[in-house]
This record gives sequence, structure tokens and C-alpha cells, in this order.
Amino acid sequence: MTTTSPNAALKKTPLNARHRAHGARMVEFGGWDMPVEYTGIVAEHMAVRTGVGLFDVSHMGQIELAGADALAAVQWISCNDASRLATGQIQYSALTTAEGTFVDDILVYRMGEQHFMLVVNAGNIIKDHQWIAARVAEHGGDVSVVNASSRYALIAIQGPKAEQVLQTLTAIELADIKYYWFAHGEVAGVRVTVSRTGYTGEDGFEIFVPPAQAERVWNALLEAGEPLGIQPCGLGARDTLRLEASMRLCGSDMDEQTSVVEAGLSWIVGWKKDAFLGAERLRGQKAGALERRLVGFEMRDRAIARHGHAVMDGDSQVGVVTSGTQTPFLKKAIGLAMVPVALSAPGTSLTIDIRGRRVSAEVVPEPFYKRPKTT
Amino acid sequence: MYPTDLKYTVEHEWVRVAGDEATVGITDFAQKQLGDVVFVELPEVGRTLTKDEVFGTIESVKAVSELFCPVAGEVVAVNDALGAHPESVNSQPHDTWMIRIKMANPSELDGLMDSTRYEALIK
Repeated sequence: MTTTSPNAALKKTPLNARHRAHGARMVEFGGWDMPVEYTGIVAEHMAVRTGVGLFDVSHMGQIELAGADALAAVQWISCNDASRLATGQIQYSALTTAEGTFVDDILVYRMGEQHFMLVVNAGNIIKDHQWIAARVAEHGGDVSVVNASSRYALIAIQGPKAEQVLQTLTAIELADIKYYWFAHGEVAGVRVTVSRTGYTGEDGFEIFVPPAQAERVWNALLEAGEPLGIQPCGLGARDTLRLEASMRLCGSDMDEQTSVVEAGLSWIVGWKKDAFLGAERLRGQKAGALERRLVGFEMRDRAIARHGHAVMDGDSQVGVVTSGTQTPFLKKAIGLAMVPVALSAPGTSLTIDIRGRRVSAEVVPEPFYKRPKTT
Repeated sequence: MYPTDLKYTVEHEWVRVAGDEATVGITDFAQKQLGDVVFVELPEVGRTLTKDEVFGTIESVKAVSELFCPVAGEVVAVNDALGAHPESVNSQPHDTWMIRIKMANPSELDGLMDSTRYEALIK
């Protein structure tokens, strides 16, 4: 069972006291003391799918690269093609090793012609910063690398009613911000950056806020959203929402042993760009040298497969479940598993060992859930 | 808040005794710790269980926990309604039973807690 007492060794976001005052259940995540649920994962998950939910994701890190050679540096250390970004635009990408595996998965924000911000996972901030600084130093050029994580609190407002709630607090014309673009402006009188991004599979925004103003923005959003039933949400619902939308969790679905192509993320590789870390191996895997791949599955037997459960072929383990849950919206037991390519086609039957019991699952096309188009 | 006619275990199961039969469920404290229950796996009727043996698993959205048998005996009934409505464990924990056991050794009940002691345990 989890402890609810504050742990002095854990890092806290600027909203920590608010979560505790709200009665959230707190857990350790990536070295941070974070809310896992407020009223219940199912209620929070459904609020985001059908209304609006509010998340504190201030534990996420921000690493900025600036200088005349900032673009060249980003192009070298990450697999997507950042040259395709206009200022104000965002892309999903990965920091890759020389083997094309994940140091981390990231969002790349083009803040200016020669200025990029990488949003990285909470547990990887120090590792990523050191990795980037070292790779950039090797690569050379005029670029500075700064861990800017302490400069930002990050609040996510997600769901079909997110725009309606946020618009009441800002003069930014939110309808003009396209998916994976951002704008600067004020929310509740606080200078912020607003990006149309999220980790839920739903429409919504992530708001970069000065830490000292985080509580003001958080409270204003809760108040503005109250008539629409806004629900503060924890990491529990964040995890079920992202999995239902087929979004990967770095550290669970992939790590430094998993290549970008194996993770089923070929679409975030800039195949047409010049050399980058891991390019050779990724190109080889794309050309047919792929042995295993992450797939989505649905349980056929009544059971829930979880991270670490073995995928079996007869008596031998051939793969592993990397994420799995019962999803509140689709009401199905689903998950992701790393399996041999021969078992990766949709329709393929998988046998999973759950605590000694063999159960059946089926590979299905991804994503499990895709939000209805509103425009 | 914890019914006085039930007995309780340190693993947060409750037991309701009628004659030589014991009905078993999990406590309100346990369901709160688990969060939204989505799946309960129960044993077959007829299975013989020893005291403290794992008799099933209960899964919430975020976690899986084992269910421990408070007293030895034979399973004479399982609550099949939990298949369709596992969430009743959350909404009515002390009225949602999981298994009924014909007790082999009713004196084992003496080792369980009454509601006062259980409430002190979870304080």
C-alpha cells in the first residue's frame, strides 16, 4: 500500500500543497511527490474524455538549446526533423543513442529561429541534460544547453471542453492555435506559454507558468471550469488516458534497449534529414532488419495483463507486456507488448502468462482510441 | 463506521459468521486503498483453502492485490455477480461478499479482530 505522508527526500511541484489540501492520494513518481488520484481514476478519466480535466505536470523537465548552431545540435541529438518546424511549432521526437534507442522521448518546441525547448520526462531531467550537453560538446558549434526545468510549472487542461474553459481566462485566440503549435500571452493575468498539446488523446492545452504563479493559474482554471464540471486529475488517469490513446510511456514501454522503430514510432524519424545519432541502425531496421516490435493488444480472456507479464510461445517466453490496464472509456482490457515481428500483425493471437495462468489476447490496430473530429 | 457484527483481518478482509459458514469480503479501508475495482478473480466452488492462503486476486485500474483466506475450509459459494459489477466492491464494500467457506476449524475466528480493534489498526 502507498504512503500518504510527505517524504522530505522527494521533489515537490509548486502545487504540492494544493494537491494535499484537495485530499489527493499522493505517490512517488520519478523522484517526485505527485497526486495519483483525487476522486478516482475512472471518474477523472471520464471527465477528460467527455468534459474537462486539470493536471499538474510540473514534474516534466525543460531543456533549452540556443545559439547559431542550435538547429544543427537538435538535428544531431534527436531523431525527428526539427528543420521542418516553424517558430511556434512543436514536434514529438526522441533523444536517441548511437544505436537508435531511447535516451528519452521528448517534445521539441521551436521558440525561435535559433532557440529550441525540449520537454523531457520527470525522472530523466538530469540524465537528459548531461547527455545533451555531452553530445552537443562532441558535435561542436555555437550552442548553449540549459536545464530550465526550475523556471516552469506546467499545467495541462485536457478534454473537449478545455478550450471553452481556458478561453474565459485569456485574450489569446485559442481557436487559432493549431494542434502542436503554441503561443505566448496571459492566462489569469500571468505571463505564460500555451501549447495545444497533451498526453491524453483528447484536445487540450499545456500551460507553461512561472512557478511562483502556478497556484494562481491553477485556482483560476478550477474556478472557471467549475460550471462545466472541471475535474482535477492525477497520474493514474494520465496513465490510463495515454494508454487508451496508444501513447507510449518512456521507461515502461521503451528504454535504452528499445529502438525508435521497434517502439512503432517510425513516424517520428526524419528519414530525409542528414546524419543523427542512431540513424544507421534505424535505417537498417526500416529496410527490413527488424526483429521485434511494440504492438497494441486486447485481452480475449477475462484478465488484465500488466507491465512485465511474459508473452509465451509454448514453454518459452518470446515477448513482454510493457503496459496494460482496464480502460475506463473503452471498457476493455488493453495493453502494449514487445513481440517478435512474426507475432506483430493485427489479428495475431498472443498467449500471456498472468501469475502462472495462460490467457489469450489479440494484436489489434493502434490507436485503441481516437477522439472524434470536431471540425 | 465498521459494522460490529463482522470480524476483520490484518489483510483487510472482513468475515461474517453464520453457524459454521464464513462469508468473506474486503473492507472499506481496502477498497479505498485500491481505488476503482475493475476485476475480481475468485476460486472454484469445492476448493479447500487453508488459513492465510491466497484465494483470489482483486484488480483496480492501477494495481493488483491478492485476497487472503481468513479461515480454513471448503469454498461453498462464490459471488458470480462480481464478474459483471466489480465496482460494487467500492460502493458497498461490507455488503459485497466474495466467497462463502464451510469452516474446518471455527476456533480460528478467535484470532480475528472486532470492529473496535480494526478501526484502531487503520487509524
